[in-house]
Amino acid sequence: MAAASTTEPTRRDMLFIANGAVAAVGVGALAWPLISQMNPDASTLALASTEVDISSIPEGGILTVKWRGKPVFVRHRTKKEIEEAASVKAADMPDPQADSARVKKPEWLVVVGVCTHLGCVPLGHSGDYDGWFCPCHGSVYDTSGRIRKGPAPRNLEVPAYAFLSDTKLQIG
Amino acid sequence: MSGHSTYVPKSALGRWFESRLPIMGLIHGSFVVYPVPRNLNYFWTFGGILSFMLVCQIVTGIVLAMHYTPHVDYAFTSVEYIMRDVNWGWVIRYTHANGASMFFITVYLHMLRGLYYGSYKAPREVLWILGVIIYLLMMATGFMGYVLPWGQMSFWGATVITNLFSAIPLVGDAITTWLWGGYSVDNPTLNRFFSLHYLLPFMIAAVVVLHVWALHVTGQNNPAGVEVKNVERDTLPFTPYATVKDGFALLCFLIFFSWFVFYAPNYLGHADNYIEATPLVTPAHIVPAWYYLPFYAILRAIPSKLGGVMAMFGAIVVLAFLPWLDTSRVKSAAYRPLYKFFFWLFVVSCLGLGFLGAKPPEGAYVIASRLLTLYYFGFFLIIMPLLGLFETPKPVPASIADAVLAKNSAHAQAHS
Repeated sequence: MAAASTTEPTRRDMLFIANGAVAAVGVGALAWPLISQMNPDASTLALASTEVDISSIPEGGILTVKWRGKPVFVRHRTKKEIEEAASVKAADMPDPQADSARVKKPEWLVVVGVCTHLGCVPLGHSGDYDGWFCPCHGSVYDTSGRIRKGPAPRNLEVPAYAFLSDTKLQIG
Repeated sequence: MSGHSTYVPKSALGRWFESRLPIMGLIHGSFVVYPVPRNLNYFWTFGGILSFMLVCQIVTGIVLAMHYTPHVDYAFTSVEYIMRDVNWGWVIRYTHANGASMFFITVYLHMLRGLYYGSYKAPREVLWILGVIIYLLMMATGFMGYVLPWGQMSFWGATVITNLFSAIPLVGDAITTWLWGGYSVDNPTLNRFFSLHYLLPFMIAAVVVLHVWALHVTGQNNPAGVEVKNVERDTLPFTPYATVKDGFALLCFLIFFSWFVFYAPNYLGHADNYIEATPLVTPAHIVPAWYYLPFYAILRAIPSKLGGVMAMFGAIVVLAFLPWLDTSRVKSAAYRPLYKFFFWLFVVSCLGLGFLGAKPPEGAYVIASRLLTLYYFGFFLIIMPLLGLFETPKPVPASIADAVLAKNSAHAQAHS
């Protein structure tokens, strides 16, 4: 091989760099599909949103639906449950959050049914506040899905959702 | 060619590592300074292309296995799911399917190079036999891979080929039942084929390592068939000469490969394989994948069941004996005019057998298959041994350097 030139780059240098650049683009183009294929596929993405018909949930009832592989509680709250949720003082909550910040329409509470402690599914209409009670380690949630007692650190997660109509909810 | 490398790493860390595991020296000695005959033509680039294709098939195969389900009720659907829902699934699937065809086209060219230039002769007998073993493993892998999509051709091709084992006297039926895991090709068969299809390419990789090792002990053959006498005059270092030449050949090959993947992805396949397998309906014409067609023609040319099976396997096994069947001292067909003629007839007979393998076994097709099968075996078992004794070869160059200089001076005279 010729010694490194301190003057003009040679034709060989240009060819090496040009080839190298095209080869790098080629390798990238080759590698991208092999990496991207592990991302969620079209059928999983199709289930990223779920529509729920809420017309048949009676007042006081809780419907559990599957969304992205997890349970979601859709609770049709009674007036009593709404008042109880709105009147809790911040000092009584380990993870303070106003009820109004957790709902779009006060009579409909939508929360992911996974305990924020270690992931069990809490039981509805149980616990001291008639919200949820997690039997695994004793976490107690109120009628806004907020943690009140027990080891869970955070309130039940509120997923992104929207009302498509008065009887239809889209989660995710 | 082999032996302790003179490679000395530049950094202290490099020297520390090299003294404990001399892998850099191994790579340096095998693929950088390794001497390669200077008269090699492009038929010597197929080995590098084959190595690339093995890696390509393994990578695309492992990725496909993330999405494929090896169960009779889900296999066909899971392949369609890969084609439609998995991100870039269609390109990965088509690459793997057409990659198998590319793998076989390349291996046939690689083997024909060996036949033409006498690369199977001493001292490269073990290298050649390792190659035959790789070829057998490739055929097994390709066969099992074709079954996995569970189309009609998958199922019925599997039925035909596994039924061949019932031709073995006494133990044939027991062996076939054992292969199936049942009384016909069904879920146990599909599941075990998936497992073995995942396994065998790694066996191939291991034999390829032995194949390259055996090659590096003897050095490459070359188009003149004359062994290296003087390393300085007859050879060039692998890097940059062979590296860049192999790289360029790989590029041209990839363009050819890509043309199939993107413009004719189903041309080399069979339309019936887009029909889900059913054991109750046999397709009108069962054909294996194109790369098995010559052997399929040989199988059907022999009227007896066991005879056909023995001829078919014999057609592959005979390759292992080539180093001893060919009695000629001269390696390269460039200096063996009679052998060259019979060699090209052999190539035509292989293409002819391939054509006939796709035809229904009736009338003139059967007669032609029998004639070509006769020639196929005659070439190896009669012509090769006799030619060495009776052929008068052309004078062989004294060395590789002389061959290159003679060719160049002929060019110079033609151009002056």
